Amino acid sequence: MEATKQKIIDQLRQDLMAWEGFRPLPPGERQDFGLGAIEKAFPDQIFPTGALHEFISTRPEFTAAIGGFIAGIIRTLLAGGGVCVWVSYTRRIYPPALKRFGLNPDRIIFIDVPREKDVLWVAEEALKCSGIAAVICETRLLSFMESRRLQLAIEQSHVTGFILRKDVKQMNTTACSARWTVKPLRSKLRPGMPGVGHPRWQVELLKIKNGRPGSWTMEWKNDSFFHVLPQKSANTLADRQQYA
Amino acid sequence: MPRRFVSIWFRYLLTDREAIRQKSLREVPVAFTQPDHGRMLVTAMNAHAEQCGVKPGMTAADARVIAPGIQLFDTKPGRDIKLLKGLAEWCLRYTPLVMVDPPDGLLLDVTGCTHLKGGELEFLKDMVGRLRDLGYTIRPAVADTIGCAWAVARCAESGLIVASGGQRNALMPLPPVCLRLGTDLLIKLNQLGFYQVGSFIHLPKSVLKRRFGGNMILRLYQALGQEAEFLLPLKEPVLYTERLACLEAIRTRDAIENAVHTLIDPLCKRLYGEGLGIRSAVLTYYRIDGKSFQIHIGTNHPSQRTEHIYKLFELQLDQVAPGLGIELFILDATKTEPASDKQSNLWNGKPAADSEQVAELLDNIAARVGSGKINRYLPDEHHWPERAAAPTGDLSKTPASEWSENCLRPVQLLEPPEPIEAMALTPDYAPRQFVYRGERHIIINADGPERISYEWWIEAGGYRDYYVAEDEAGMRYWLFGTPADLPGQTRRWFIHGYFA
Repeated sequence: MEATKQKIIDQLRQDLMAWEGFRPLPPGERQDFGLGAIEKAFPDQIFPTGALHEFISTRPEFTAAIGGFIAGIIRTLLAGGGVCVWVSYTRRIYPPALKRFGLNPDRIIFIDVPREKDVLWVAEEALKCSGIAAVICETRLLSFMESRRLQLAIEQSHVTGFILRKDVKQMNTTACSARWTVKPLRSKLRPGMPGVGHPRWQVELLKIKNGRPGSWTMEWKNDSFFHVLPQKSANTLADRQQYA
Repeated sequence: MPRRFVSIWFRYLLTDREAIRQKSLREVPVAFTQPDHGRMLVTAMNAHAEQCGVKPGMTAADARVIAPGIQLFDTKPGRDIKLLKGLAEWCLRYTPLVMVDPPDGLLLDVTGCTHLKGGELEFLKDMVGRLRDLGYTIRPAVADTIGCAWAVARCAESGLIVASGGQRNALMPLPPVCLRLGTDLLIKLNQLGFYQVGSFIHLPKSVLKRRFGGNMILRLYQALGQEAEFLLPLKEPVLYTERLACLEAIRTRDAIENAVHTLIDPLCKRLYGEGLGIRSAVLTYYRIDGKSFQIHIGTNHPSQRTEHIYKLFELQLDQVAPGLGIELFILDATKTEPASDKQSNLWNGKPAADSEQVAELLDNIAARVGSGKINRYLPDEHHWPERAAAPTGDLSKTPASEWSENCLRPVQLLEPPEPIEAMALTPDYAPRQFVYRGERHIIINADGPERISYEWWIEAGGYRDYYVAEDEAGMRYWLFGTPADLPGQTRRWFIHGYFA
């Protein structure tokens, strides 16, 4: 009895997702983004492509972390060929560094617009073009109406959009499918080893349509994401190990 | 089909221009003077002055005596050429092949153009009428050769339209000056009693050559059409062009959009038929007040799609100022390239950077924000961080070398590096803490130094010692210190980027 109930509820959940506009991908088009534990939070356990992802950054250090995280995701999107467009009005991204995240920097077209208000115009044009694999848009402000416009463009073209919001003072409602924050964490090396380890981040999924928000500690290691499980007993000695 | 040329003689070019600026000069004698050996000599005059007997080469004092109330102006060198160039551009409405014929004329190749106005007579009438409205007195003539048209325009009393093949008859009654000869030759002909071309045109070539030289033969035979003469057009005619002359001057946005569409469609169809695509195009519109303006577009990829080309123009239509109305549109495809085979990209899944779809997107963006704002980066063989990536606007270029993965580079690079206050306990070690923008960061872990020297073949300088530093909160920075071991220098610290 309990099992049938669960079955019905699962079926209803699937139907609800379909009614809300979620399209499950055919099995052949599923791409593995290697996000591990995070993927369980997504609807259908797969990173939503053809959706708008919003990344919130309040400090330039966070923006760098988000840049690395996005690069790790785009790498999978670009695996089948194609290009992505990076729109910004004050760009600091350093193309050669993206190679570390498995992304060939020459596959990105950077568009540096002189005025902030043109950023969203360019992003919308790019999102309308189904020949683009992904669009990254660095902006400061994004109103609900603007995000809705981008979302509508995506629904036609199924391009994946990333909105990187810098210097966010106050979060507002947007039509994005997901809202993330990525903050850098202290890297860990084997106890006793000096130096800086692999990039480690606290990835928070604040909002996800049809999914379950959560928080994970991720690391970029050996060309893929790696989920760091919380350790029971931290090695306090190694933790205090200072560079000397 | 014989070629037809129009020669326009601006009889009073300079004075007409002056009279357009000052209406009062239309009714009085006007002349232009130029200093020559301490005297002022007349160089050009209007019809009133001519009637009073003023001639070129007369001194200004004499002109004042025989034409009371004459207005004298200084001749500015090069002014006639400038005026003629402006008029030649104006004449592009009649034919694309216009040549400036100094000092006072224009030459037009009107082969196949005259029927547009309803025949040669109507063509010339229209030209005379319009130029008269502007304020210029002209004498045009049309003939099979440049020489004949020139001669008839300047010397003939009547018969300004020389029928095809009628050069010999037209030239017979004219004075030898109509053959564009040098003054010494003209004097010689005059002394010998040759007052008309007809009196020597029948002489054998060898006789003429022996007595008057090769130049005279050339000019005579050019006028007769037995020697080739070419016209050097003011503007190189564009191979792919479309014109749209409006019946009524148009002003509204709808009408302009319609006109642009009407122009693009046949041009794109023609290019499609020839397997070409537009790389750049110019739309010129002529307003009824005589001004013309241009809109330029460029594409990243040869395109022959009407909608795409139209969209590029549409983005710039806001700049069109129709004024009182636009009477003529000309669309020139200034650069065309063979359009690539579209089918080849069909099977590759997501298209590559130089695909048509992406190229069209970038065209649209470039039309709004400017093409210089779109960049791709290719690896460059430099170890200096600022030069490791070379921007390129070319979408089809592939990297010549691999991206380097050996060194850690920050995701965000500050350009230029910003100074920080840092404290290092031991030389050649990373700082223990630093202050950047009023915030103190205690460094827990650090890697380094990675010493990067200036590329001496580009710029002189010392080196930078780079450290990857991680602070208490886990934020990772790229810091560098300037050399401390060079004479007269103390180590200064800079932040150059943020790691992910």
